[in-house]
Amino acid sequence: MNMPMYVSPEQLMKDRADYARKGITRGRAAIVSVFSDGVLLCAENPSNTLRKIGEIYDRIGFIGVGKYNEFDQLRVAGVRHADLKGYSFSREDVDARWLANQYAQTLGQYFTHEMKPLEVEIAIAEIGEEPGSDQIFHLLYDGTVMDTETFVVIGGETETVKTRLEESWKSNQPLTVVLNQAVKALAGPDRTLKADDLEVAVLGRGNGRRAFRRIENETLDEHLSEN
Amino acid sequence: MTLPRFSPDSDPGPDFLGLLQRLERSPSWDGIPVDANQITHGTTVVAIQTLDGVVMSGDRRATSGHLISHRTIEKVFPADQHSGVAIAGAAGPAMEMVRLFQLQIEHYEKVEGRPLSLDGKANQLSQMLRSNLPAALQGLGVVPIFAGFDEKLQKGRLFEFDITGGRYEEKDFAASGSGSLHASTVIKLRHNGKLSTDEGIDLSIEALFHAADEDSATGGPDPIRGIYPVVAVINSNGFTRIEDSELATRTNTLVDKVTGEQS
Repeated sequence: MNMPMYVSPEQLMKDRADYARKGITRGRAAIVSVFSDGVLLCAENPSNTLRKIGEIYDRIGFIGVGKYNEFDQLRVAGVRHADLKGYSFSREDVDARWLANQYAQTLGQYFTHEMKPLEVEIAIAEIGEEPGSDQIFHLLYDGTVMDTETFVVIGGETETVKTRLEESWKSNQPLTVVLNQAVKALAGPDRTLKADDLEVAVLGRGNGRRAFRRIENETLDEHLSEN
Repeated sequence: MTLPRFSPDSDPGPDFLGLLQRLERSPSWDGIPVDANQITHGTTVVAIQTLDGVVMSGDRRATSGHLISHRTIEKVFPADQHSGVAIAGAAGPAMEMVRLFQLQIEHYEKVEGRPLSLDGKANQLSQMLRSNLPAALQGLGVVPIFAGFDEKLQKGRLFEFDITGGRYEEKDFAASGSGSLHASTVIKLRHNGKLSTDEGIDLSIEALFHAADEDSATGGPDPIRGIYPVVAVINSNGFTRIEDSELATRTNTLVDKVTGEQS
């Protein structure tokens, strides 16, 4: 009789984590940061059509890095889940904390039960009514959730990018300042990133019910040149 | 409720109604015929083509049989930023249809990353009406008007529908509901194909005024309670609802004109 080969759970989890991490760190980094009037979502993304950033609900935005089809699937699932909840109950009952928990469960489920873990790292952000009440949730491939009210770096080279951003980042800065800091941190000392290399969106407090807006083309150029 | 996940061959894509169907949560009124006198009905709505877009308006009355059930009901809604939907017929299913229609458009936009075309939106509404046909035959018919600013063609467009989902694009104006015949006649006589937004607003108020005069289910302006029709302008700047104070002034001007004509 053939006995299945024994693999210790520690080894199994470590292998899965290594596998997921390898997939994620291959890609570029992305930053989510609060600014005086909302939340900035900024990713290095040379593609104009394959998006990393998306709108989930009135006050909730999404950013993902790693394997495109996997984080895009999560984004769409989030939109579906939020729209369903808003339809069944009320729009104000949809919040990011709840969505983050749902994502965490799904990611955790994939990590422990499926053939392979999802090679993604995502963040979702929600703007509050007042400055200082914004929330950012950071989710890892294994379902770990972390929350912050300042900024978060996801994807490859996170530690380096984070250190660079920490040097200049302050709370309550205007959008242009935070955007330029984020772009510099993503680029590093040896590169400059142009509007074409970036995907940028904000959740703005002054934008009405649907707070999500993309910042593209000339508007993005203007922000980047005001430096 | 966990995160909805589908295999590639059963994925509903950007279709929210499809998603509801997969989860077996579609609203349905199938079954027992309904006594039309027992349920709330919305009545007259109109849409008028102007030079830079569309004006949509609706009276505020809802009736159950011969009774007035609501005096301040709303029948004109934004569908999204550049289009609106106005409803006549059974109020319950109509409100639900509007809510689903708004959601469907927004859901598509979020999932796909770009908005539906105006034709696409009209077609969606048409399909929703078609699936409501069994309920319509039981006495729960909904007959909406859809109008919007087509950003591609840079002009306003309007669509009439019937309970089977038939979709008919109109050029100058559209009307629906019990007072629609009278309202249409007024608009037809005054519409010269080149109305300004201001003229369009005034004409829609006048059309509803005369419809209320002839049709018991259509509510006229009520200065005592401060109730005026809902009027919305849709142009390149989007969907804007006109303030009640402005409608009061415009209604007074119309009343003065009618009084002047009679003395």
